[in-house]
Amino acid sequence: MTDITPSKTPPRGHGPLARREARLAWGLLLPTILSVSLVVVLPLLSIFWISFKPIGLADLRPPVPVAREDLRDAGEASQHVRYRLQNRSQDKPITDVVLTDTLPEGVTAGTLPEQCALDGAALTCIIGTLDPKARLTLELPVTFAAGFDAEALEDAIEDETEALATGKADNILTNAEFTFENFARIFDDDEFLAVLWATVFYTVVGTVGALVVGLFAALLLNKEFKGQGLLRGLYLFPYVAPVIAVSFTWVILLDPFSGSVNALLVQMGLADAPINFFGERPLALIMVTVFEIWRYFPLSFLFILARMQSIDTDMYEAADMDGASPFQQFWYLSVPQLLGILSVLFLLRFIWTFNKFDDIFLLTGGNAGTRTLTVNVYEQAFAVSNIGAGAAVAVVVFCVLLVFSIFFLKYVSREEGL
Amino acid sequence: MSFLRHGYVTGPLIGALWMVITGFTVAVVLSFSTGEPFRPVFWACLVWGALMWVPASRRAGPIGALIGGLVLLAATLLGVGPVVVGAEVSGLTAAITGLALALATMVPLRHMLTELPLGAATRHAFEHAVIRFLTGAGYVIFTALVAIPFYVMVMTSLKNQQQLVQNPLDFSIDLTRGWDLLSSYVELFADFGFGGYLWTSFYVSVLTVLITLLFSVPGAYAVARLRFTGRTVFSRSILLIYMVPMIVLALPIYIAFSMTGLRNTITGIVLIYPVTTIPVALYMLQGYFRGLPAEVEEAGLMDGLTRLRVIWKITLPLSLPALASVSLYVFMIAWNEFLLAFMLLDDPSKFTLTRGVAMLNSSEIPRQHLMAGAVIATVPIMALFLGLEKFMTKGLTAGAVKG
Repeated sequence: MTDITPSKTPPRGHGPLARREARLAWGLLLPTILSVSLVVVLPLLSIFWISFKPIGLADLRPPVPVAREDLRDAGEASQHVRYRLQNRSQDKPITDVVLTDTLPEGVTAGTLPEQCALDGAALTCIIGTLDPKARLTLELPVTFAAGFDAEALEDAIEDETEALATGKADNILTNAEFTFENFARIFDDDEFLAVLWATVFYTVVGTVGALVVGLFAALLLNKEFKGQGLLRGLYLFPYVAPVIAVSFTWVILLDPFSGSVNALLVQMGLADAPINFFGERPLALIMVTVFEIWRYFPLSFLFILARMQSIDTDMYEAADMDGASPFQQFWYLSVPQLLGILSVLFLLRFIWTFNKFDDIFLLTGGNAGTRTLTVNVYEQAFAVSNIGAGAAVAVVVFCVLLVFSIFFLKYVSREEGL
Repeated sequence: MSFLRHGYVTGPLIGALWMVITGFTVAVVLSFSTGEPFRPVFWACLVWGALMWVPASRRAGPIGALIGGLVLLAATLLGVGPVVVGAEVSGLTAAITGLALALATMVPLRHMLTELPLGAATRHAFEHAVIRFLTGAGYVIFTALVAIPFYVMVMTSLKNQQQLVQNPLDFSIDLTRGWDLLSSYVELFADFGFGGYLWTSFYVSVLTVLITLLFSVPGAYAVARLRFTGRTVFSRSILLIYMVPMIVLALPIYIAFSMTGLRNTITGIVLIYPVTTIPVALYMLQGYFRGLPAEVEEAGLMDGLTRLRVIWKITLPLSLPALASVSLYVFMIAWNEFLLAFMLLDDPSKFTLTRGVAMLNSSEIPRQHLMAGAVIATVPIMALFLGLEKFMTKGLTAGAVKG
């Protein structure tokens, strides 16, 4: 008989049930993890990789040999097919170049060039290395069999059976060439400080502005009246509408030549001449920030209103009885209650404003001192066609963001109990 | 500060500021609706507004307010009022201006000043007056700032080139043009293929919603209900992942799509959109799943259902409102998405709506076409929003950590 003594401590480790539950959980999460890592984590890693690469937009495709063929001296004794090969790259050699072609029926090859071999109708020429900018010509004497139309054969040689050339070239994306030039370039850039300043201004003023305006809007709508729902819906419009629609409307509205706002300002005598809102420093930066506030105040307004409506009204009644004035009630009762949501909103909006790209890109294209870090990513990669520098800016953006996020997680996870 | 708290200081101050607001509002509204010149005079607004305190105050009563309004009307007609009407404006329009100005000034002003005595005011009376003024000003300013861009968008799309050049302030509709009003829209659908873009945007958005739900519902359930090591880390990294800016990812995605031939295909877009929305949807749904009572699910488990059947039979039916909110929110993100569509699509036959509108932004294409395109992109999402506002606002508040 075994002596069963009950354990003094609860069982430790994972039982089979717990393991089964964990397995199920990972199974349910697997599709998400796979897809997200494929599209988020992998690109993030690759952007770090690319940022150390000297790569431009044109380097995305590795160089390939180009082959052309034509029939020379047709009908004469020296009749031959001429193959011309070319490496169009300015600086990269192509190795293991092979030319293949099929001779149409009725065409007989004469003496083959030394690199070539003929297997039935299939011609294979092993060429080896083509240096940068190199050209190579091969001549293959041919005779036409009797009973075939020479014209048709010429067409068949030149058009129907294409000569194909393949080769290997060093791909800049995968080789072991690294450089710090991208980072040096973006940090040395005269504009870098201006970019940083635009980013900081846009992010801080945009975030605080949207919060303050949102708080004001929430105070306006935090009472029951006819049409309250309608007005609330209307105030959400800027956020719900596609950015492309509203930003183009702003551009047209504020256009210096034919915009209504300028016409209005001139007519009212508030401005002597039309103002180029999105084209002048520092007005352009102010205007894109105003746009940001206009477009995102609905979000903070929605959050703050939801929080306000959940505050107990008893407290205000008690304060009323004690003789607190409306401003005192707002300052000593509402604000402390709203502080939590305001700080969460601030952090979130701060990060998202920092990330913002579309709005500025559509309004000014990053001109007139409105180039923020995110717009700079696009500018470097596509406008200047330097993918490496673009990636380097993206890495900077990501690192700044990581710092924010750590701060955010420390703070918000306490607020939201995550 | 305390000297402010006298009716004879607060009253004129509020009156003056309110008159500035009404003066400018009336001028802008009338300019935009008639296209004729109206000019608010800042100093005249201040002076007239301060004076209007007397007839609008509590003592004067409704008769006093009426007299004040009539004085404003007369001043406007004589050309010495807060808003100067251009010489070419007809007498009727000038009268309407005066009337609008009188009404917009006196009625709210009377309401603002009801509690305010002529002399020393209590803190309560003073603050109530100020709050009423701020509220009124807030309604007018917010409504104007939000409504004007949308109004201008719609009206510009109904104009033709000649009208726009002639008077950029005239946003009245010339009904005599009949169906010709919609000529920009007709041209967009007939010549620019906007019907196709509308359809592409629609099915891309719907597919995005479906794929997103398919991935995020099981994931959210696992994070909300099941216990496993790494749960906290996972739910935090979800938050982190959707903080990564799209522009950072767009570059490698562009390179990868260029190399694999997915660039310029709808398939590529449908592959990439859901991944940008899955983290948001997962985050929103797990919050909701946590709020559901676990007991119902446990009862289902006891009765012999498997976990997957529990999700299908119990959790999902219970969370239909949340699913609706999430779907709407994801649909909105996909419908409004611009950056990826702009970078990945070059072929006009495969454009989504936002990409199509971006194409219209060129100097060769007239403005009214661009605005008509903007209206076409905005109307469906607005209709959806207004029709299902309850779900939409819920979705926005639950997931709108994303911008």
